[in-house]
Amino acid sequence: MELKRVVVTGLGALTPLGSTVAEYWDGLTNGVSGAAPITRFDASKFKTQFACEIKGYDPEKYFDRKEARKMDLFTQFALVVAEEAVQDANLTEGNYDPDRVGVIWGSGIGGLRTFQEECVNFAHGDGTPRFNPFFIPKMIADISAGQISIKYGFRGPNFVTVSACASATNAILDAFNYIRLGIADVIVSGGSEAAVTEAGIGGFNALKALSERNDSPETASRPFDKDRDGFVLGEGAGALILEEYEHAKARGAKIYAEILGGGMSADAYHITAPHPEGLGALNVMKNALRDAHIKPEEVDYINVHGTSTPLGDVSEAKAIETVFGDHAYELNISSTKSMTGHLLGAAGAIEAIASILAIKNGVVPPTINHFTDDESFNPKLNFTFNKAQKREVKVALSNTFGFGGHNTSVIFRQLND
Amino acid sequence: MSEIAEKVKAIIIDKLGVEESEVTPEASFTNDLGADSLDTVELIMEFEKEFNVSIPDDQAENIATVGQAVSYLEEHAK
Repeated sequence: MELKRVVVTGLGALTPLGSTVAEYWDGLTNGVSGAAPITRFDASKFKTQFACEIKGYDPEKYFDRKEARKMDLFTQFALVVAEEAVQDANLTEGNYDPDRVGVIWGSGIGGLRTFQEECVNFAHGDGTPRFNPFFIPKMIADISAGQISIKYGFRGPNFVTVSACASATNAILDAFNYIRLGIADVIVSGGSEAAVTEAGIGGFNALKALSERNDSPETASRPFDKDRDGFVLGEGAGALILEEYEHAKARGAKIYAEILGGGMSADAYHITAPHPEGLGALNVMKNALRDAHIKPEEVDYINVHGTSTPLGDVSEAKAIETVFGDHAYELNISSTKSMTGHLLGAAGAIEAIASILAIKNGVVPPTINHFTDDESFNPKLNFTFNKAQKREVKVALSNTFGFGGHNTSVIFRQLND
Repeated sequence: MSEIAEKVKAIIIDKLGVEESEVTPEASFTNDLGADSLDTVELIMEFEKEFNVSIPDDQAENIATVGQAVSYLEEHAK
């Protein structure tokens, strides 16, 4: 069976750097940090008191009040970016078959605030259950994909992938696979997350996963720096319209890039710690290269998982050196989480967008906040520290790894006819 | 309008996102005010909370209009 080619024809982004793809890219290439003190709740008793929140988000700009009330923030974010991507792809009634348009979304957690509020509400009562009828359909992670399908009438495959911080990349890979197998023509993919809540910050703090650099939030996310002390929690969403190549050509769609392949693997090692030798990371990049039928030397840019944790950054860098050999020193590496923070289940979506825009614009966004070299990293590796670098990017690889030991990589390429 | 009727109206406007002028005694939650079955459940729960009453399911089924809600609550509210 011949596999079909899959291209990206639309993008949408709502990130701590801005509320559109254009604003996101502008922030990325200018090295802007999205971190600031937490506004969503009183964090004064928390070890970490900052995050990368969406700035000035007003649900009523996008939804009527009644609609907004029935949707957790992570679902609102999903709908906002899906709209930008659908418009960007110029998907209009008549130029697609709605039965062959799917939605495969990613969210690591789902409606955490909704869950937290309902449980708190119950705990404050006298034991009489007074759960809101919208509690479950607001909270479940898959409602994001459901709501997108309801809004647009997309009746193809519809579900959400859950693999913690790898969720959106898993969603993109599933979408890619369904399209290349001929099961759908178009899939709205991506991911969204809104975990900046008491439970989210408190839970990650308890794991000692978050940076506690409260005196300087904007320099806290510093992947590959000697003084990195954990990740910065982010929120937001990214959407990608994946489309079968001939379908896209037939309707005259603009094409950002082609998805060449993807890989998946598991560390099979520990619930939260990465494999010390980066075994899962190594395997997943190898799997992706094999699936894409390209040599390691063809990769120009790796958008790394690079969360700014002491262990994770080291094992990922080791894995890159093992997989790419001497070419590891020729390619550009960057962690855009230095700017956006870590959007958990949405990270793969916004980082896929960063990778695609690096291809489109010939610019590699930087790893900001580099102050001090860490001898754990080979100085020959080019982490694109502090400033964006101009470079023709034909092929970009994006890594995401999740708690549980889930690893995913996806490879995008400039469209060659 | 009674104090109960005023409160009922305010809850309906808030939860269903409708205009005050639409909330007439005859208005049906589902047919006129755009509520689905989950909205109706939520409304009943809000009435229970606001008026400190417990509305059994078989009686909740008979509360389909604004007027029916007001009269039930005027009779049962503590």
